[in-house]
Amino acid sequence: MTDRTPNYIHFSDYTKHIPENIPVAVQQATNRFLGNREARVAELPNWQELRQVAHEIRLHTLENLDFYLTQLERQVVQNGGVVHWAANSAEARAIVIDIATQHQVKTVVKAKSMASEEIGLNEGLSEAGIQSFETDLGEFIIQLAGVGPSHIIVPAVHLKKEEIANLFANKLGVEAPPEPVQLTAIARNILREKFLKAEMGISGANFLIAETGTLVIVTNEGNGRMCTTMPDIHVAVVGIDKVVPDWDSLTVLLKLLARSATGQKLSTYTSFISATSRGSSEGGPKEFHLILLDNGRTRILHDPLGRETLKCIRCGCCLNVCPVYKNVGGYAYGWFISGPIGAIFTPQILGTHIAQELPFASSLCGACVDVCPVKVPITEILLHLRQRVVEGNQHVKPSAPLWIRSAGKIGTLAFQIPWLYQLGTRLLPFLTAPLNKRGWIPSLPPPFNRWTRVRPFPAFSARFRKWWSK
Amino acid sequence: MKILQRLDIEPIFLPNQTCCGQPLFNSGFKNQAKLIATEFLKTFGVNDYPIVSPSGSCVDMVVHHYHELFPAGTPEHDLCKDITSRTYEFSQFLVNFIKITDLGASFPHKVTYHPSCHLLRGLGVNQEVYQLLNGVRNLQLIPLPEAETCCGFGGVFSVVYPDVSRKMMNNKIKNILSTDVEYVIANDAGCLMNISGGLSKAGSSVKAIHLIEVLASTGGDQ
Repeated sequence: MTDRTPNYIHFSDYTKHIPENIPVAVQQATNRFLGNREARVAELPNWQELRQVAHEIRLHTLENLDFYLTQLERQVVQNGGVVHWAANSAEARAIVIDIATQHQVKTVVKAKSMASEEIGLNEGLSEAGIQSFETDLGEFIIQLAGVGPSHIIVPAVHLKKEEIANLFANKLGVEAPPEPVQLTAIARNILREKFLKAEMGISGANFLIAETGTLVIVTNEGNGRMCTTMPDIHVAVVGIDKVVPDWDSLTVLLKLLARSATGQKLSTYTSFISATSRGSSEGGPKEFHLILLDNGRTRILHDPLGRETLKCIRCGCCLNVCPVYKNVGGYAYGWFISGPIGAIFTPQILGTHIAQELPFASSLCGACVDVCPVKVPITEILLHLRQRVVEGNQHVKPSAPLWIRSAGKIGTLAFQIPWLYQLGTRLLPFLTAPLNKRGWIPSLPPPFNRWTRVRPFPAFSARFRKWWSK
Repeated sequence: MKILQRLDIEPIFLPNQTCCGQPLFNSGFKNQAKLIATEFLKTFGVNDYPIVSPSGSCVDMVVHHYHELFPAGTPEHDLCKDITSRTYEFSQFLVNFIKITDLGASFPHKVTYHPSCHLLRGLGVNQEVYQLLNGVRNLQLIPLPEAETCCGFGGVFSVVYPDVSRKMMNNKIKNILSTDVEYVIANDAGCLMNISGGLSKAGSSVKAIHLIEVLASTGGDQ
């Protein structure tokens, strides 16, 4: 089965050659979101309290996930839906394809869903001979381009309007001026027809409310509503981490989500889907299937610190503030989820042997931690995963190359033994003297050239101890 | 030292001190870092004086991460608690512990300030620095655009991903140069090494200096 799950993520190789237009497009959009966010946050004097409550709600839910998932399942079934449990991507894809095949579905319309990107659903459907159409504008664009999302909430953020116009002209054979309104109109025309034709709609969910079995979908384009109401069958693929206990919890999280994401008070559409159509007088799908996706999440739950990763409500704010993400874009992170949250989510789901480079893809500046609406301790988890890479733990062998692991041990000796350290500080100025050019060392041999390639190194001097002893 | 002497504080330098272990800790060598941290505790456990460091990230390591290395139940736990409770970054020590903001310094130059990430977000020290800078005579402080964005150092990050670090550093240098200052001030050895290197590479005459150098100055050119 072909999906986009990588065998190894080469963050280092990818970031050597970032096309120049990517950081420009990414920074333009993310800075706009951040500006809006700041204004919305300033309007709420209890923002920090809200974050604390949200953190407690999310952690409580994760610590009692078995209870809430069981409650959710019971409620969904009572509302007339069918619940499926998928242990991994392949199982989730097979369940969707199975439902589609049973109903002779030929065409599927899709609302934006990160879970479906995670499981590679479009590729799976296409191999099964089922056409699926992304209906969120950003997803529509990246589906045309044949790539995955480069941002959690704005999947085509790396593209400028001129590039989108070119893409439309090439792939759709239409005249496409680089104007957002006209480009949207082109997509809308094409999608209208698909909405009417599709026998099945697929969505994700932002939240699942356990007490009433309600699916909550937050969108700005209205396509989510059309996908979940027009076709006769609605299938939702949702990670098990999306459950919230009740409507009271939801109100806290909704207050934080749109404000953190785009800087809106609420997104344009917030849809609550609790039951299937109750008869011919009511519109809506006749069948509702909820696929609850694990895909490694229960394994993360066992780790008390790693668990906090799953508190994430996918607002994308950590990407918007991250100086690394803003300079490299989403594709450097190698999978459907990028930025700081991707750097901690991916290594835990796919394993550090595949994603060992990601925990190091951060300067640990902590900007993400300050804005995260549910207080995911991203830098703590990055450090936790770095340790897993270089030292391993009882379940995971270290994946870092031997020379790096040896370097760590040698470095430790130098700092651990005071006389060795002092000898070093006395010797280094002499050893590096030939390289010293007016107080700077412009180039050093490998591996130290990884520093001097970018900027010179200050020449070593051992004056302080000498000065002190006088 | 000049500043401390001016305040009638006797500094002690323990010759056995090396490093707090942060470079290893942040590279994932938690067990190795613990060996260095144990040495640190031993070295500074010989007296009960305040421990003052000129580098925000080192203090952040001691204050916020040592408890992970020596959790309750470990033999070093009590010593760790004692040491972390009396470790201060220099500006924090002056403003919050000694409670002084005017050191009688004079620095007749145009400067800007880069708040280092671990000082700003890790230790929450920011106002303290501005209070100290406000106390410096003849100093012209220009606000730095995107001041709170990381300079791209990030310890091991800068050598693991030099190409990404370069982009971040270049943004910082561009912002510093836009302020048209003579000096950029920071309170962290890592940021200073990165920014001063970046300025040198860019052929700029702007100098990156530590806040202490400004506070120690009493007039003429540095």
